[in-house]
Amino acid sequence: METDFTPLASFGGGLAIGLSAVLLMLGLGRIMGATGIMSGLVFAENKDEALWRGAMVIGMVLAPGLIYAVTGTMPAVDVPVSPAMVAIGGVVVGLGASLGSGCTSGHGVCGLSRLSIRSLIAVPIFMATAALTVFIIRHVFGG
Amino acid sequence: MRLVFALFTGLIFGIGIAFSGMMNPAKVLNFFDLAGTWDPSLAFVMGGALIITFIGYRLVWRRDAPLFGGRFQVPTSTDIDGKLIGGSALFGVGWGIAGFCPGAALPALGTGRWEVVLFIAAVVVGFFLRRLLTPINRSGATA
Repeated sequence: METDFTPLASFGGGLAIGLSAVLLMLGLGRIMGATGIMSGLVFAENKDEALWRGAMVIGMVLAPGLIYAVTGTMPAVDVPVSPAMVAIGGVVVGLGASLGSGCTSGHGVCGLSRLSIRSLIAVPIFMATAALTVFIIRHVFGG
Repeated sequence: MRLVFALFTGLIFGIGIAFSGMMNPAKVLNFFDLAGTWDPSLAFVMGGALIITFIGYRLVWRRDAPLFGGRFQVPTSTDIDGKLIGGSALFGVGWGIAGFCPGAALPALGTGRWEVVLFIAAVVVGFFLRRLLTPINRSGATA
């Protein structure tokens, strides 16, 4: 399935993602990693740790509705893979991102901008294994 | 106020994710499909986000403390171990299978798509698997 090349919208969206990471550091002094926010919510150490993460997640979930209200269009979520692959991929993402202490937002955005050595190692690894996985699924098995 | 700020931060993150195309697995998988229907848009997301965080973090860290108190909590580990490398490799594999990552899926919940609910539930299963595999010293999983 082809998708349109959207450099401006993607760059603009990236600026907003960066802004939210900076605001979270400014306000609460925390790294904006989605894996950390999710696992910190699931395995909350105390009420306060759960509350700010919960508030952030509520804000995130409100975003598509707000965009729909303003523009009249819901952001696209086209899932070109089977439900089984969504489920298997999800388990592997949860296991891998928690073992590796971060995902695209934590290592990719926050870690790289801090020049964290762990993130400088992690990001090329997960980008490479993601590309390799897509290559194998689409061009070896022809999925 | 702190929670309202966190919610607002999450909303900006979600708007950025939506406009960037990150919450659309078709687009994400095409970014990794160099040998097929390649869509380089997501490189612009990372570029935009990194420009803002690289500069913004350094401005924020001129302060003594975050706006709402406490201290800046930035990961200090520099260990390059099997968990970082193996976990990141696994995370990429899962990302390449499903097309969602945690930071894209949280805002995508707001579109009401059942595939997103399935993915998030599977990620949480992955978090629990990680806890079964290895003991953990603290709950946060951030870069």
